[in-house]
Amino acid sequence: MAATRKTNRVKPAEPDVSAETLKRWYTDMLLIRRFEERAGQMYGMGLIGGFCHLYIGQEAVVVGMQAALQEGDTIVTSYRDHGHMLACGMDPKGVMSELTGRRCGYSHGKGGSMHMFSREKNFFGGHGIVGAQVPIGTGLGFAHRYRDDGRISVTYLGDGAINQGQVYESFNMASLWKLPVVYVVENNRYGMGTSVSRASARTDLYHRGIAYGIQGEQVDGMDVVAAYEAAVEAVEHARAGQGPIILEMLTYRYRGHSMSDPAKYRTKDEVNRMRTEHDPIDHLRQRLLEEHGAGEDDLKQIEKRARDIVAEAAQFAQDCPEPDPSELWTDVLAEA
Amino acid sequence: MASEVLMPALSPTMTEGKIARWVKSVGEPVRAGDVLAEIETDKATMEVEAVDEGVLAKIVIPEGTDHVAVNTPIAVIAENGEDVGEVEAKPRPAPQAKAPQEPPEQKEEPTSPRPATRDGAAAPARPAPAEPAEYTGKTVTQTVREALRDAMAEEMRRDETVFLMGEEVAEYQGAYKISQGLLQEFGPRRVIDTPITEQGFAGLGIGAAFAGLRPIVEFMTFNFAMQAMDQLINSAAKTRYMSGGQMSAPIVFRGPNGIASRVAAQHSQCYASWYAHVPGLKVVAPYTGADHKGLLKSAIRDPNPVIFLEHELVYGESFAVPDDPEFLVPIGKARIARAGEHVTITAFSRTVKLALQAAEELEKAGISAEVIDLRSLRPFDVAAVADSVKKTNRIVSVEEGWPFAGIGSEIAAIVMEECFDWLDAPLKRVAGKDVPLPYAANLERLAVPQVEDIVAAAREVAYR
Repeated sequence: MAATRKTNRVKPAEPDVSAETLKRWYTDMLLIRRFEERAGQMYGMGLIGGFCHLYIGQEAVVVGMQAALQEGDTIVTSYRDHGHMLACGMDPKGVMSELTGRRCGYSHGKGGSMHMFSREKNFFGGHGIVGAQVPIGTGLGFAHRYRDDGRISVTYLGDGAINQGQVYESFNMASLWKLPVVYVVENNRYGMGTSVSRASARTDLYHRGIAYGIQGEQVDGMDVVAAYEAAVEAVEHARAGQGPIILEMLTYRYRGHSMSDPAKYRTKDEVNRMRTEHDPIDHLRQRLLEEHGAGEDDLKQIEKRARDIVAEAAQFAQDCPEPDPSELWTDVLAEA
Repeated sequence: MASEVLMPALSPTMTEGKIARWVKSVGEPVRAGDVLAEIETDKATMEVEAVDEGVLAKIVIPEGTDHVAVNTPIAVIAENGEDVGEVEAKPRPAPQAKAPQEPPEQKEEPTSPRPATRDGAAAPARPAPAEPAEYTGKTVTQTVREALRDAMAEEMRRDETVFLMGEEVAEYQGAYKISQGLLQEFGPRRVIDTPITEQGFAGLGIGAAFAGLRPIVEFMTFNFAMQAMDQLINSAAKTRYMSGGQMSAPIVFRGPNGIASRVAAQHSQCYASWYAHVPGLKVVAPYTGADHKGLLKSAIRDPNPVIFLEHELVYGESFAVPDDPEFLVPIGKARIARAGEHVTITAFSRTVKLALQAAEELEKAGISAEVIDLRSLRPFDVAAVADSVKKTNRIVSVEEGWPFAGIGSEIAAIVMEECFDWLDAPLKRVAGKDVPLPYAANLERLAVPQVEDIVAAAREVAYR
């Protein structure tokens, strides 16, 4: 993938990541991968309905970002959100139960794959309309500044959302008011079936803030360490009161846009090349074995644990009952 | 232990498909994520990936087989170390696509975002807030403009999380001078001029509200709020439901709505029925100064998104307004603006004034009209309208909006459902004409409900 590029070059941060940290990231990425594979399987079994957008291939982005955050920082994203929720520390059982539309789900079965939230983990959704989360994330940043609480908003969007007008309305206000927002553009190269070059007049998406004075950086989003290092810098920038910043994470989704997308708009070779040469999880596994003295057994243990957690979540999400019919009428309005 | 691979459903509608090709063969090792087979559906060819790790022990359905039902076992994967030759998948009941109706024994639940139990499945009864006590305290004579400003100032003094944002609300003191003096009192942190960017600042306000602030977002007029419609409906109104009650947007969207004067089609429209259509919103459209003040204060304190519809032609009208920072008007409660016996006239916002004038005219003709100022459009005070119709047996609805699918249409349905047997005549709607609002003075007058239209409609339903 492309090397790191920036609109304004700044000194790269010193990589300072321990073997323990790398193992934790490996664990986190594996959990997302196994969770998503299982969700795909359960969709195939008819246990999950509607739209289901899997995050497989993009795990390094969210795990690298999350590692740079502090307690109280807020996160918002679009509908490809399962990975973000797991990275935020949300319970895989609660997420999977929401996918199966059961009462133990985070939204008690009323939101589904695309609409999940956790006040406790400061995860503000899970939004189904392309780009609509961007003003919302900007508003989270506004609230941090209003309260002067030293926290920041991390607002994720895809390469498909980058051409929505409200994204630029948000960039303008965020820069005008110096709001603490890190905009993370997850460029997985296709907005549904349309490649970036077929949708965007300029494909260097990290430049999209230039007109608003927002610094941007392009990052190898298939490398969790690169994602983390870029995240640390960007988060520092936002937290220091210097206003918003854009990270364009170059990444790739292995599966179709949603479960029913056969992905005919790209070649098998392209997908296979990404999977074999750039897989963020394989890459980190190699690194752990070769550079950090991790043992096969050790990693196998981690892999087994991820599988077990997911298996347990999948079982739980099938055993939990559907919402009570009375739930139909609850949560429309809060009691005044 | 061996596990079965089932024929997957690859779209919400797929029930069967064809195994086009086995990519792995028996005896081959399999890793999670490996492609096992290709499946043809009526729409496309898709790949089936392994979820478990092991060895492909058996292919149950050979390639080329068509019409394989979803959830049929198509292969068996043995765990590493298991004897591939010996493996027989353990027979098991086909997985249920439908959720079990009876709750199986529940082990542990994920941390519940909020308490679980609620009442039964039947639709909740229509809300009927308690009758507020008659205000007997001190009043001051104020314009609606001043009442709105005071309501905001009082709430901003009371609650540090309340702030005002919108176009020209700060330095300019409000395009319609509603926010006069607020910047001077509260400073630029809490009275914020936005760029002209309705979708952006509406969404930003909603995000801030999710985070626990209480924004008042002024639209210079509600005509411009159409730019922000997706945020108002999809983000503000629906999120509480979609989050299972975890997240609310305590936010007020306010500004002038309806017909102004000679500004033509793009700047003259009533949006009452648009917003009143949406569960998850509250919608108010007051007329008097007291109601503007009391309802705006209630709206700011309300934990839900409230659409607060004002009217440019009412801003300058003066009323006696309660001078008490705790004076509130409950959302969801109509007001009898004038008691009468022979015909009910419903109105809201500026049309209340027209209805009251029409009632004066009707009085001269010996018809006693009861005028109901609806004030709230969602929740709607069904009882107030039904009780009145049960007394008068006749009803006219008045609104500036278009008749089709308008507030009057909803009132017609409510009257059918609640008091059909009491009706002595069909409901009559007085509404804006079903055209974009024209500019020419004479045409504009024809397009907008006039006092004489209301009088004529009332006489028609009264058969006099």
